This record gives sequence, C-alpha cells and structure tokens, in this order.
Amino acid sequence: MNGAHDCGGMMGFGPVVAEENEPVFHALWEARMFALMSAVGDVGGWTLDEDRAACEAMEPGHYITSSYYEHWLNGLELLLQKHGLATAEEITSGTATTRGQSVTPTAAEVVWPAVTAHGSYERKADATPLFKLGDVVRTRHLNPAHHTRLPRYLRGHVGEIVACHGAHVFPDSNSRGLGEDPRHLYTVRFKASDVWGNAARDLIHADLWEPYLEAR
Amino acid sequence: MNGPHDMGGFTGFGPVLHEYDEPVWHDGWEPRAFALVLAMGMTGSWNIDEARHARERLPAMQYWRSSYYEMRHFALILQLIELGIVTAMEEEQGGMAMPPKPVKRVAKAEMIPAILASGGPANRPSNLPQGFAIDDKVRVRTINPSGHTRLPRYARGKAGQIVAVHGTHVFPDSNAHGAGEDPQWLYTVRFTAQDLWGQDTKDAVCIDLWEPYLEAAP
Amino acid sequence: MPHDGHHHDHDHEGSELSPLALRVKALESLLVEKGYVDPKALDVLIDTYETKIGPRNGARVVAKAWTDPTFADWLKRDATAAIASLGYTGRQGEHMVALFNTPETHNMVVCTLCSCYPWPVLGLPPVWYKSMPYRSRAVIEPREVLKEFGVEVPDEREVRVWDSTAEVRYLVIPERPPGTEGWSEEQLAGIVTRNAMIGTGIVTA
Repeated sequence: MNGAHDCGGMMGFGPVVAEENEPVFHALWEARMFALMSAVGDVGGWTLDEDRAACEAMEPGHYITSSYYEHWLNGLELLLQKHGLATAEEITSGTATTRGQSVTPTAAEVVWPAVTAHGSYERKADATPLFKLGDVVRTRHLNPAHHTRLPRYLRGHVGEIVACHGAHVFPDSNSRGLGEDPRHLYTVRFKASDVWGNAARDLIHADLWEPYLEAR
Repeated sequence: MNGPHDMGGFTGFGPVLHEYDEPVWHDGWEPRAFALVLAMGMTGSWNIDEARHARERLPAMQYWRSSYYEMRHFALILQLIELGIVTAMEEEQGGMAMPPKPVKRVAKAEMIPAILASGGPANRPSNLPQGFAIDDKVRVRTINPSGHTRLPRYARGKAGQIVAVHGTHVFPDSNAHGAGEDPQWLYTVRFTAQDLWGQDTKDAVCIDLWEPYLEAAP
Repeated sequence: MPHDGHHHDHDHEGSELSPLALRVKALESLLVEKGYVDPKALDVLIDTYETKIGPRNGARVVAKAWTDPTFADWLKRDATAAIASLGYTGRQGEHMVALFNTPETHNMVVCTLCSCYPWPVLGLPPVWYKSMPYRSRAVIEPREVLKEFGVEVPDEREVRVWDSTAEVRYLVIPERPPGTEGWSEEQLAGIVTRNAMIGTGIVTA
C-alpha cells in the first residue's frame, strides 16, 4: 500500500534531529511496548511481515503524527484482534472478559536463546533466478493495495543487479497469510540522478524481490 | 517540493466521507478565516503561487491533521509573519505592537464584488515557440524540485499524450519564488491508468502540465 | 479598535469558543487594527460565497447545454466565454473547460495538490472534495471512490479523471437523464446536483 510509512523522497519534515547520549527508551511505556510486541509476537501466530503490515495500516495522518512505538502499539492491537487473542473492548478496558486463543507465553528463561538464535529468511525455491549479476533491470509500475517492500520512489526506474541473495520469504505474500512463497532477492543499484533527475553522483541500493523487476 | 500536499496515489486515508446537503460552513470561525485569507490576498502582498507554496511548506504533521480552513489559517499566519506584516507575538496576542507595514491595497467592502468578478487570469503573452501539439506523445521529466511545482509525483517519468493546448500561462515554479511570471506553454496531458499505475483498466487521468515538465517521447 | 477582540480580555466569552475560533478572532481583530482589512469586506466575502455563488449557477449552465445545442457547442469550444454569457465569471473560474459525459466516457474532477475548484459555477468545495481520502484516491482508484458515491460505471466506459494542477478549472456536464423530454431549462436545472458536476454523481429524473 502507498501509505505514510513509504516516505522516501518526501520533503518538508525538517532537519534530522539527533539526540546526544540518547537513551534506549524515552519512556517506561516504550520499553513495555517493545517487550510486549516481542513476547506476544513469538506466540501470537503472525509473521514479521504481517507485523509490519499491521504497523503500516494506520491512517496516514495518524501515522506521521505519532511516534515509533505508537505504530507498534497500533499494530499489536490490530493483530491481537485479527488473531482472536483479544477483543476491541478488552483492549480498551484493559480487562479480560473472554478466554481468547490458548497460547503458551514465552518464559523468561527462553528469551535469551530465542533472541540470539540463528534465523534465516532464505528458503529453497524451484525456480531458477531470472537475473544475474550485472543485469540491467527496470522496476515495475506496481501499486498493490497490500503490504509491499517496493518503495514508491523506486517504481519505474532502471537499475543494475549488484548482488543475488538466493530465494527469500516474499513479504507481499507472507504478510497476507498466503504462505512464504519464496522469491529470488537481489540488491539493485540505482543512480540517484536517474531516480530524482538531479545531477547527484550518488548511488541508491535497494533489496528487491524478482516480482518487482522486469528485464529492461 | 515533495510535500504533504502532493496526495495523488496515497492509500490508507480511508473512505471519502460525503455529507448529504452539506452546509457551506461547519463552524462559526470558518467563514471568518476564509474571508481573512481572501481579504489579505487582496492586499497584493503575495501571488497565488506563493500562497500555495506557503500551504505546502506547513509541517507534514500539521498539514495532514488539519481541516481545510485550519490549514489555510496556519498558512496565512506563516505568510504574514514571514513578510513582516504581523509579528509572531502580535499574532499570538491578537493586538498591534508594531506600526502597520504599508500594503499595496486594502479592499473596502464596496470594492469586493468587482475584485471577485474580475478574477485573476493566468494566461500571458509569450514569444516562446509551442513545443508540442495535440496528439503528440510526451514523457514527463523525472524532476524533484525543492521549491514549488505543480507536477505531481505520481506523474513523473510517465508517458502520456497531449489532448489540449491552453496557450502560455504563468509558470508556478518561477512565480512562487519571486522569479517572475515566466509564462510557459500549458497542455492537458492524458495518461492511461495502465501507464500511471500498472492497472489493467480503461481509465485515464488528464493533468495540466507546463512545457518545462515535458519531453518528447519516441 | 483597541484590543476588543483580545481573547485574554474576554474569558467568559472565550470559554465558549474553540482554541482555533479564538485564534481566528484574534487575528481578525489584529489585521483590522492594523488597517489591512475592512471588517465589512469580510462580511461581503462571506455573504458572496454563502448565498450568491453556488452550484445553482453550474446547474443553469448544464440545463442550458442540454436544451440549446448552439450553447452546448459554444461550451465545448470556449467554456469560459459561454459560461460568462450567463454572468458567471471571476475568481477561480478564469479558464473554464466543460467536460461532457458520454456513453463512452465518465469524467471526474480532483485537485491532488490543493483543492482547485470552479468557484463561479459551483461555489466553495465541499469538505470531502478537500479531504485527504478524495485527493489521494481519485487518481488511483476512481471506480472505488465512485462506488462510495453510489455511482457504478460500466467496465466498457472510460473513467477520465482530471487533476487540476494549473489555473484551468473543469465543470462536468452530466448526461441528460431519460424521461426529461420537453422539460423547461428551469425544471432541468432543478435536478442537476453539485456532485454530478464534479463527476461523483449522475443526474436522475
């Protein structure tokens, strides 16, 4: 979806304000929110892609006027309802009135092993890759209504394949509960001058799945 | 600029809520705010392109969270303060602390009907040759000006076809920045939904675009 | 005018107004005090767009186009002049184009960048026209937006969206509904809705 999260190239947000000696969390609730999302995410029955899609689903005006962990809060509330773990009324009142889905919560002693476990999004795929290193590709003019990792500012532009990562879980499918549908993943190099029409000599790299690309 | 005003193609704002038999105003302050914007515009302190640019320079969070008349009011304040017509402190307190800065005109009540009726045509004579004709295929340039432009992001880099020629009109990209009216040829360009969005429909979008936004397409 | 509108001086009155209403009131009194605006001019401006200029003007243009082929032809060739002949001129209508709906084409108008709208024929735009949902969606999913307005456009008919990026303003001339044969211009004007002239409605008898 072309939501407010997809802000590449937007102007007017002002300077990047960097805080000196920034703390990990800026409020107690942020720390609780972070931990809740991780703990429930482990057992809630949704994927990381579905989690991202939920955090992006906010009304854009709400999205840009709220902080990072508010996006998480909004996403978690959405996921809890969608997966039958809590009702809207329970979320508002903060009191359980239904049994909800039965899950085994993450125990304190398994947090460290879970956080440090080796994970991978690479999967085996039957299809052979369509592109190889050095190939010139064009990104497709796609505007899916669902979650995608192809930013608006890179659509319809020409770039070069500079890395092939094998087949990875495809977010456009996985975020909708339609399975991992692994697709070949590439790093594509774009000239900033092509993307923005300016005279910059800079380069932009993005990791893009095969369905986003076509041969030039 | 790629500001918060450039809305075409965003998703997630929800359904269009339309009210049956909508009144002209929804709150008592709205007509006053609207009339203030118009009356201050009539002082000749800025042109329409500078006024539009002021709106799009509002912070994105303010722009997207304001109602239309709120947004217009905030942009008016921005202009008044930037031009030294009122100070920030005067605006906050609602009382005069500095003597008035001279303006070109103060519109009296009896002048309003004539001012509104005459409007402000944007066509201007120019010696520039007409670069494109009806049916010509064009491609929109990939440009991302940091200043004011009327070229929406969603049309950039896209191919279309000229369907109307409107003569030479004030060029907003110049006029919004005190760089003169610099009239340029203005065209209506038709884009298929297929070319704009990759959709398989019969639909099309027509956009009014000035010649500097366009190049010939093969 | 010494500080009459200063909200700090009128707490009992201010408590009934929203913070924004107070802010507008304060700015008005300041600008009047500085001599930049004539408060009576503000009244005239408000009255103009509240009671004098509105979609009834556009409805008369449409009704005349339906009953007078010469006028319809003029409207197609030079909408600014044809509309001016009915007395509708001025601000935000300096360069008019009339878009005729046909069995092949359904037109709808948007301004994705601000909220450009043909004031002399339609008055001030409704809230939904200025809203983010309309401005963002009309160009990318016009048929879904039209459905929300109860307008179903058959697949074989092209939806043609017009994004008003310049000072050219667009007025949709809807199709005349069946069952209105022999109606007077006045009767016809009575059934033309504002939404039909933006392209988010169709006219029914």
